[in-house]
Amino acid sequence: MTEILIPALAIGAVGLALGALLAVAAKVFHVEVDERIEKITGCLSGANCGGCGYAGCSAYASAIVNDGAPIDKCSAGGQAAVNAIAEIMGVEATDVEPVRAVVMCSGVRDVAPDSYDYYGVADCLAASKLQGGGPKGCSYGCLGYGKCIDACSEGGISIVNGVATIDSNSCIGCGGCKNVCPKHIIELVPKKYKIYVKCKSCDKGPAMKNKCSVGCIGCRLCEKSCPSGAITVANSLASIDYSKCTQCGLCVEKCPRHIIINENAPASAEGEAV
Amino acid sequence: MIAKLLAISLTAIFVQNFVLVKFLGICPFLGVSKKVDTALGMGMAVTFVMTLASMMTYLCQNYILAPLRIEYMQTIAFIVIIAALVQFVEMFLQKYIPSLYSALGIYLPLITTNCAVLGVALLNIQQDPPYGLIESMVNGFASGLGFLLAIVLFAGVRERLEFSDIPKSFQGFPIALVSASLLALAFMGFSGMSFNF
Repeated sequence: MTEILIPALAIGAVGLALGALLAVAAKVFHVEVDERIEKITGCLSGANCGGCGYAGCSAYASAIVNDGAPIDKCSAGGQAAVNAIAEIMGVEATDVEPVRAVVMCSGVRDVAPDSYDYYGVADCLAASKLQGGGPKGCSYGCLGYGKCIDACSEGGISIVNGVATIDSNSCIGCGGCKNVCPKHIIELVPKKYKIYVKCKSCDKGPAMKNKCSVGCIGCRLCEKSCPSGAITVANSLASIDYSKCTQCGLCVEKCPRHIIINENAPASAEGEAV
Repeated sequence: MIAKLLAISLTAIFVQNFVLVKFLGICPFLGVSKKVDTALGMGMAVTFVMTLASMMTYLCQNYILAPLRIEYMQTIAFIVIIAALVQFVEMFLQKYIPSLYSALGIYLPLITTNCAVLGVALLNIQQDPPYGLIESMVNGFASGLGFLLAIVLFAGVRERLEFSDIPKSFQGFPIALVSASLLALAFMGFSGMSFNF
């Protein structure tokens, strides 16, 4: 009997002692956790994309509760998340404008050729450090080595014919790809605006024509045609002010290079541009 | 005494490296070695737990199990001790070093299942003659350092692998296993060495 009893009691005693120690430690090292943090974490998208600027969803939740961070930073959660957080925190919900990321480059291989062959590390950042900002002829264009693909938590980016393409349906607007792109050609466009200038080149017209057959040459036709004055051309590049844009689509028709894209009419505009 | 401790340390770090020679603790070695930063944090946490576990299990063995002649309960008793220790470390870190706590994340409780920790506790006792308290702790600390060295070296290799042109069938885990075995081959260069100071 004792040969069973002694080990059972001894191990039981060890377990009990350790359990007591842990119980005391739990009291001594107790950390107050605000229950609102868990609730808010539950409301957020859970993608841990980092688009809010914090390390993850739970880090953002604790920043809202502890540091009074703004509640509308979760682009993936959208309006629903803002409403839920507002209810938990007892503050007024603000309107959020859902955005999606767009690669502002139309220079696929056929229209914007490389100026030299590159055999180095297949990484945008490494390639962009080379002569002329990388192998692509246009020093502003997409290098197509897919730095953004790794940054996307949704797996919505692919390289099509040498240029990154973002699936606007799967995009949650976190901006992760925008932050890693060494060329800074990814922009967050409000989801309801379907018109954008798909080029980032500041090269002047003649220079641009040599490098890319579709890139913006800064001709100002769009600026002149815009009835609401939403388009301005600066540094040989057109840009749209979405606070004024009415999406009339006149600029899309006027653009001689078909570089202003209208997603509402994909057959006419985009078909020619690509 | 100092010379003996030095010999124990060098043996534990290089000659009898836990990961690359004894093949213990492979799970975190492969799981947490994608980045040097997290590998370093994991290595340090394991070192800390191994040192404390060596001490606690030595005390348990010599003051509880041996007098009662129930040494065969070693494994159970040691696992309980290690689990409690890891839990204790986790609570301590959450209270006093929250940044390290959040950096280690899920890997902290997973140290419990790191067989290298149980391994060092058992091997301390199986030595002939058995290690004393100080020797056990030094062996635990040095074994932890050996784990740290191996995982950080391996994380460095894997960071380089990210940018390598790897054949498709070898991408990801296969190439990690291949490079781990090459690293183990390098450590075979130490095998058979003994230190007599």
